[in-house]
Amino acid sequence: MSEITNFKLCDLVDKVKKKELSSKEITEAFINRSKKSTKLNSYISDNFDDAINRAKEFDSKPNLNKKIPGIPMAVKDLFCTKNLRTTAGSKILENFIPTYESTVTQNILEHGGIIIGKLNCDEFAMGSSNETSYYGNVQNPISENLVPGGSSGGSSSALAAKLTPATIGTDTGGSIRQPASFTGTVGLKPTYGSCSRYGIVAFASSLDQAGPMTHDVKDCALLLEVMSSYDVKDSTSVDFVRGNYLNDLSDNIKGKKIGIPKEYRVDGMPKEIEKLWENGIKIIKDNGGDVIDISLPNTNYALPAYYIVAPAEASSNLARYDGVKYGFRSKGENLIDMYEKTRSEGFGDEVKRRIMIGTYVLSSGYYDAYYLKAQKVRRLIKNDFDEAYKKVDAILTPSTPSSAFKIGEKLNDPVSMYLNDIFTVPINLAGLPAISLPAGHDKNGFPLGLQVIGKAFDEQTILNIAYSIEKNIGYKNNINDWWIK
Amino acid sequence: MSKNNKEYLIKRDNNEYEVVIGLEVHAQVLSESKLFSASPTKFGSEPNTQVSLVDAAFPGMLPVINEFCIKQAIKTGIGLNARINNRSIFDRKNYFYADLPQGYQISQYKNPIVGEGSITLDMPEGEKKIGIERLHLEQDAGKSIHDIDPKNTLVDLNRSGVALMEIVSKPDLRSLDEVNAFIKKLRSIMRYLGTCDGNMQEGSLRADVNVSVRKKGVLELGTRCEIKNVNSIKFMQMAIDYEANRQVDVLEEGGTVDQETRLFDTKKNETRSMRTKEDAHDYRYFPDPDLLPLELNDEFIEDIKKDIPELPDEKKKRFIEKFKLSPYEANILVSDIETSKYFEDVSIKSDIKLATNWITGELFALLNDKSIEITECPISSENLAKLINLIKDGTISGKIAKNVFEIMADGNKDPEKIVEEKGLKQQSDPKELEKIIDKVVLDNPKNVGAYKSGKDKLFGFFVGQVMKQSNGKANPQLVNEILKKKLS
Repeated sequence: MSEITNFKLCDLVDKVKKKELSSKEITEAFINRSKKSTKLNSYISDNFDDAINRAKEFDSKPNLNKKIPGIPMAVKDLFCTKNLRTTAGSKILENFIPTYESTVTQNILEHGGIIIGKLNCDEFAMGSSNETSYYGNVQNPISENLVPGGSSGGSSSALAAKLTPATIGTDTGGSIRQPASFTGTVGLKPTYGSCSRYGIVAFASSLDQAGPMTHDVKDCALLLEVMSSYDVKDSTSVDFVRGNYLNDLSDNIKGKKIGIPKEYRVDGMPKEIEKLWENGIKIIKDNGGDVIDISLPNTNYALPAYYIVAPAEASSNLARYDGVKYGFRSKGENLIDMYEKTRSEGFGDEVKRRIMIGTYVLSSGYYDAYYLKAQKVRRLIKNDFDEAYKKVDAILTPSTPSSAFKIGEKLNDPVSMYLNDIFTVPINLAGLPAISLPAGHDKNGFPLGLQVIGKAFDEQTILNIAYSIEKNIGYKNNINDWWIK
Repeated sequence: MSKNNKEYLIKRDNNEYEVVIGLEVHAQVLSESKLFSASPTKFGSEPNTQVSLVDAAFPGMLPVINEFCIKQAIKTGIGLNARINNRSIFDRKNYFYADLPQGYQISQYKNPIVGEGSITLDMPEGEKKIGIERLHLEQDAGKSIHDIDPKNTLVDLNRSGVALMEIVSKPDLRSLDEVNAFIKKLRSIMRYLGTCDGNMQEGSLRADVNVSVRKKGVLELGTRCEIKNVNSIKFMQMAIDYEANRQVDVLEEGGTVDQETRLFDTKKNETRSMRTKEDAHDYRYFPDPDLLPLELNDEFIEDIKKDIPELPDEKKKRFIEKFKLSPYEANILVSDIETSKYFEDVSIKSDIKLATNWITGELFALLNDKSIEITECPISSENLAKLINLIKDGTISGKIAKNVFEIMADGNKDPEKIVEEKGLKQQSDPKELEKIIDKVVLDNPKNVGAYKSGKDKLFGFFVGQVMKQSNGKANPQLVNEILKKKLS
């Protein structure tokens, strides 16, 4: 049975449709492997028993017209799931069981998916290594004691370790693409407004976007189709015609113009990443794409602007976790004392750090200098992309400035941790779609990713470019199941 | 303390102080559902039964603007002769409180939906225009209840998320009478528009009051204090009077007024400091990233304008011009939309002059007596019109009509039936009247003689006798005519 977990999402869909595999067989296979993989700590909560029942239910009346018929999937624990504990990686929501379903997970259910569990993540998605989770570190299946990236670290770990055939994450500054890059998997952050934010525990509302994480580009196209929908329950959801991403997937990129931004050649970038990038450029050229040098002059200001806007929104978004209505509450002498104790004990250090930064930058007297200025920078960054897209169809960059690092290595150096997001953050600020795909290894054999950035709502183009690179690069993860005894 | 209705001044020894008042009125938008959720807004429901996941700020819940509330705000803005802004922004006002589930209130800060406008007050000395600074939309908070459980505060979120319009006046008000007139006029306009029921007992209308004083003749405004959340006109007036005198006392003693937020204690009739400027909240306003800026095109606004009914000022003008009412009468009849509807109903079916008199006289006295609104009036407009028509066509006299009115007040009986059943029809047959008159003349020879010798006043005596004999049913006009002939 163990080979079932080696199949990718599209293969599994195919096998179910051809009745070669039942939902129960697939679901049990991933659950069994998950059970053997507790050392990775990818899960916060499991839904195994319920999932098997649902698989049986599916098999009793299989609807094979669904996009992901009877396919099991574990999801990031930032998505609220009805009757299934949702913690956002925080102690403050340790016992929170939603009575409602997020739109994205609802879409997965409606397309035939079965949720087998909730995956670990940085607390409130704040982190780049999954080390801020109240539920502990997550192991990268690539190598012991290696971080899986973050904040969707449980997702990348579970996916790379084949505990789930595909998964979903959220990306506020790189939280899908960086962990995908660290684990040799594919991760796509859609255009802001593509996937509904309804029912996703909010980190920074103007940046948060859910997206697919998969083994390859084909799976990614399919899962994006499942996830993306216009939703009246989210005022920032955009009503555009969503593509048939899988059906229209093509590796033909002849004549496509791909920009190479000079500002992404940062100082001290490892040689191997430069080589990776060059290799990507070569593949594009070999496949008939036009490579054009471009400039995104305000790139340098993206990270500082991000670390004002995101914490500002977070400081307000997290105010609702006050011990009054749900979640963790600590006893206090009075209301203020209860607030202070609840939030001091309920939130971890990184979350508190960002709440403090956010509160500071919104304070009267500092608002103009920080928040307002950061919003102006954000507009400039968006303008940079708008200018670039007059000349090119997409942009190619590395996903991260380094490969995965050791657990604990950057924990006490928040700035160096924040620098991880340097290539991903500008895309969130501009609200654009971007995909990270595995494109090589560093000297330790750790995965490295390339990022393809697209025009707003043009997910198809970046999927196609990524598909073309993927076909030519022949990347393969070397995972030896070290965590299974 | 000395007050002057025309000019509200506070006098101390040699100084006279003018009181400058501005109001921030919080008016609950008349709407079935809340500003950002579909929860109902019914008043007086069981605690926490009108609450959605959005209102209770569950994780991942998002606000969605209720278009109806937006239209209500625009309507109100139009009623205030105000500029409607094509682009407005919802901001978050951040603070912690147990009955504020999100930890922030969604409000409009720098870019409100409605800009400057005005309200015209009808004061005894003439019209006065009061400037409106802005109108913005915001969410109401829930309610903390401290007096049910001895150890805990209980929270009721039924109000959480209910749409409020904050209507900010310019500091143009100068007296307690003007404050009274302002609130009443504002309420009247909103009731005409159907945008707020103006019910102060239920908290649908409440105000923060800004008060400052300055020596008479000084142009510069004094430092103001804000009195929070006053929920009746009477309390507003009491609070202003107390606060203005307090500020004058401070100044008279050589002190300075500190800008602060104060509370009005209705039991002790005094204002108390709540927080000073130094410890004012830093609300960390910023645009709510969950909501896009509210963009309204001109067509949308024009469509709403088409739905605006005749408002009190126009109606008053029409009543004066078309119905020849006095400005005083017109004012009384238009101030409440239901009254004006009632009046128009009655007058169309009967007579304008009589309708005016009966409504402003007998009917208002009745409503006052029973402490009821015109909508609860036991006499329908149709029956009042019938009564007036009975007077007009001579079927009954005005005096009898008052008796009939009293019977009608007990249960909306048809006046025609009352007149018939009780035989109150006016005696207008000249032959019958002549018989009565002849008898009265015969029975009172002395008075006849006295009248004929010049005691004109005795005419009334004869009329009275005739009325008595006819049980009040004799047509007074005919009685006069016949009597004059008989006595000449």
